[in-house]
Amino acid sequence: MEQLAELVLNGVSSGAVYAALALSLMIIYQATRVVNFAQPGLALIAAYTAFSVTRATGSYWLGFVLALVVGGALGVLAERLLIRPVQRRSELSAIIVTLGLLMLLQGVAGMVWSNEPHSFPYPLDFRGRFSATDAFAVAAVGVTALGLLLLFRYTPLGLRMRAAAFRPEVARMVGVRVGLMLTVGWGIASVIGALAGMLAVPPFIFPNVLDGVFVYGITAAVIGGLDNPFGAVLGGFTLGIGLSLVSGYLGPELVTLAALVIVVVVLSLRPDGLFTRPRARQV
Amino acid sequence: MTDDTARTGRAAVLDRWRRSPMLLRHLAAALAAFLGIVLLTSVTDPFTNLRIATIGYHLVAVAGLALLIGVSGQISLGHGAFMFIGAYTMALLVIHVPGSPLWANLLLAIAASCAAGVAVGAATARLHGPYLAGATLILAVGLPAVALRYPEALGGSNGLTFSVAGTPPALSDTVPDPRWQSWVVWLAVLLALVVVANVSRGRLGRRLRAVRDDEAAAALSGLRPGRLRTVAFVISAGCGGLAGALQAYLLGTATPSSFGLALSLSLLAAVVLGGLGSLWGALWGALALVYVEVWGHDAAEALGLSDHVANNLPIALFGAALIAIVLLWPSGVQGGLARLGAAVRTRRIGPGGRPD
Amino acid sequence: MRKAPPLVAVLAAAALLTASCTGAGEVAEGDAASLDVSTGVTDDSVRLGTHMPLTGPAAPGYSQISVGARAVFDYVNAQGGVHGRQIEYLVEDDGYDPVRTVEVVNELVLQDEIFAMVGGLGTPTHARVIDFLNEQGVPDLFVSSGALMWNQPDTHPLTFGYQVDYTREAKIQGQYVAENFPDASVGVFFQNDDVGTDTQAGLEQYLGEQIVVREPYESGNTDIGPQVSALEEAGAEVVICECIPTYMALLILESQAIGYEPQFVASSIGADTVTLNGLLQEFADADGGTADDMLDGLIATGYLPQATAADDPWLELYTQIYEEYVPEEQPFTNTLLYGMVQATQTSMALMAAGPDLTRQSLVDALHSGEFNGPGLVPFSTAEGEHSGFQGAYVTQYHAGGRSEILQEPRVTDRETGPIEEFDFSRPTPDEVVFYGG
Repeated sequence: MEQLAELVLNGVSSGAVYAALALSLMIIYQATRVVNFAQPGLALIAAYTAFSVTRATGSYWLGFVLALVVGGALGVLAERLLIRPVQRRSELSAIIVTLGLLMLLQGVAGMVWSNEPHSFPYPLDFRGRFSATDAFAVAAVGVTALGLLLLFRYTPLGLRMRAAAFRPEVARMVGVRVGLMLTVGWGIASVIGALAGMLAVPPFIFPNVLDGVFVYGITAAVIGGLDNPFGAVLGGFTLGIGLSLVSGYLGPELVTLAALVIVVVVLSLRPDGLFTRPRARQV
Repeated sequence: MTDDTARTGRAAVLDRWRRSPMLLRHLAAALAAFLGIVLLTSVTDPFTNLRIATIGYHLVAVAGLALLIGVSGQISLGHGAFMFIGAYTMALLVIHVPGSPLWANLLLAIAASCAAGVAVGAATARLHGPYLAGATLILAVGLPAVALRYPEALGGSNGLTFSVAGTPPALSDTVPDPRWQSWVVWLAVLLALVVVANVSRGRLGRRLRAVRDDEAAAALSGLRPGRLRTVAFVISAGCGGLAGALQAYLLGTATPSSFGLALSLSLLAAVVLGGLGSLWGALWGALALVYVEVWGHDAAEALGLSDHVANNLPIALFGAALIAIVLLWPSGVQGGLARLGAAVRTRRIGPGGRPD
Repeated sequence: MRKAPPLVAVLAAAALLTASCTGAGEVAEGDAASLDVSTGVTDDSVRLGTHMPLTGPAAPGYSQISVGARAVFDYVNAQGGVHGRQIEYLVEDDGYDPVRTVEVVNELVLQDEIFAMVGGLGTPTHARVIDFLNEQGVPDLFVSSGALMWNQPDTHPLTFGYQVDYTREAKIQGQYVAENFPDASVGVFFQNDDVGTDTQAGLEQYLGEQIVVREPYESGNTDIGPQVSALEEAGAEVVICECIPTYMALLILESQAIGYEPQFVASSIGADTVTLNGLLQEFADADGGTADDMLDGLIATGYLPQATAADDPWLELYTQIYEEYVPEEQPFTNTLLYGMVQATQTSMALMAAGPDLTRQSLVDALHSGEFNGPGLVPFSTAEGEHSGFQGAYVTQYHAGGRSEILQEPRVTDRETGPIEEFDFSRPTPDEVVFYGG
């Protein structure tokens, strides 16, 4: 029993990270119908910014805030400069542009900060079966998800963003500035992505550090469904706990294989993810 | 021979060429390409021969994926998984059945990855957009872990190592191994491309396009979209398997880490970089996969950059090239070249002239 | 005439098809390449090459090795080179992907025409090219890996091992733990590849019953929480870590996180205390101590001097080279030192091969000469024994940078042979010739 409890707790803390990334992917998908492969790249630059700032000033939280700012700014820039021109083209064009951006950003990170791993602090104390850092991660993800839910359901901004994403022509007719909404969507998503990066990177930072986390983030989003924030969050925690149990009981070599099996099972039962409300499929 | 008869002669040949069955035409083109490869490898050094062969197996993987994306409209982020299957099939056959001839090994590798393609294709036929992307992505990451699960049979994370027969003894004095290997690779690749070209231009291709463009209409006219998509997936999986098998043949290695996410994503990138819709596009994509890395390295060396910058220059260049191509030349290098070519011809012939 | 070119293609294709009917796995024995050649050698230069992961997931840590090696070669060149030849050192990035290793080694051998390969890194990577290097007659010196397969003089006469192999080192660890912690339950945390299997073959011989738990990690998966929990739950009081520095640091951190404090024993590949200190510098232990305090008491095996050791004549020289030739941001680590020693011994071999350098003269020199010096245990390149370092010593790290030798160097074999002390006088830099005319 004790082992089970430990594995679940361990899974909850990694699940929080997957959930945060899944949230950021979900928002971008909701806003622009694009799967943002550049997300780990944007979060990586954000985290490296925090790294440099923290080293220079000694203040973790200053670095933390700047990471979110830089992450958001990069997201806005990416949307304006790179995604906007290909927005009206195929799904593939956007995927490829984000993929190119990921490679470029990882390369740049390696050029500036080298490929060597650097020590990267946790936000709070990391000691304990369920440490302050773990609690912080879970709380941050919960608050973010709740905030997003409120934003999309109950605020004019959220409604405009949804309208801009799903019915751009109609939205335009009723006076919504569609382009601005899409940019805002990317900005919010990239801030959350940077948060995910700050949670996922410790203890070490190097250019490829977010690759694995990102794969699980996409997996979580797909399992949960890209329809609403809670799907992404539940998908993240389900995956985190599931993989922790596999690693503990069956062996770490089976973790990626287990993720594949989970995806296959979930998607063959529910092609739009576990927590997507049934509705007419949109083409 | 007078000028006149020569011209009518050529016209007749062209005419016959256009009317001959598609398969024959493609085979003849493949033969000509093979001749080109034989000549090219004969005038280049062994290392370049190896690189030519490397381009070959990348080409068939990219062409298969381009068929899937361009003709059937599905996106796969996990084609490295099929290369993994092909490479391990080849490796296991070479190690455990040394008497099995190469062509049989290649066919079996194709068969194995086609079988996997049936499973994956059937499972993903119902998926769309990000769900298809996510599922194929995790396929690319998850499947190679099979090798870790069975370390005795598949060599664990260190993979399998083996030697493959090179130039046959009768020719070994005149044809160095890399040259021979590049011939083998390209012969297999070109035959596979004939199949791909035939599918793409033939009845199956038309049906796939119909499903891609309007699924409902295609279903109304009696086509079965799910099954057609699966067929496209299987063909492109087979191409991936062949590419993996050829890689294993060429390099004598099969390791899980070679078939990670990076490979799958760069295959996809190569498809778009080269341009959908023609095999030339796949060739440009395959060339980019091999040469951007080389040029990045050379450029860094020539500029005398510091280690950190030099090491990361190739990946940054590849990323930047990808973005630039998609933004500037939406239809890829091939599309861009075609446009350039058309512009040049129009200028030369004048508007209204037939650009042929 | 117009028919002829297609005919050639048809014939070539037909030849290919017929030839491909013979078994793909039936490899004909080729003739050995001639070694009486001086490929890559001119009157004033000699070209060496290597493959290393400089990018990708395996680059962290390993990319320092070639920096260290280059610094020593630069130093040797500044002293006039070897027999008047400047050493040209080509480093190719293979990203730890065997596919790329094959490609870059082909490039080094066929296009760049290197004289010899030096310190190619990695088991899965270098295993793919030893056949090729031996067929091509390229001396393959001092492979950067502790796998057993580099020492096969019968099948791979040109390949020479370098670091002490995983099994030998693990035997010495196992014996030390068995003698000094006879009643302790032992846990093993290992990298799930040949490092894991080869080291366990050695540990098994001395610790058999004492090992209560074995937990693997998969390189690339940094969530080792479940494994560390399992080590703790099994009650392991001594944890032997057969892993690279990143995972050694993760193990220490994760143990700290759950308040688990076993005696850690690390192998030479993971016990790079300077690197560990760097990786842990942002973290503090429960009592508010620094990263250095977390490393306090770490027991490790090694065969080279620790980068932090005092009063070592070789380290004095290396520190001087480090200050002059290594970029500032690079700390002086055991990994850097690893590359420096490798380059020193390579230069020694090139000197021993004499002014008329051929591949044969290099191999002869390796077979007949002794290349002891920087290392603390004897180094073998003898005709039937290409294993490199023959044993290891046991050391303990104390916070503040001091390392204490717990057990003097001992040597053993990779089978079940005994572990023995030995008489070994280690030459100082002044007694060793690794540059000059």
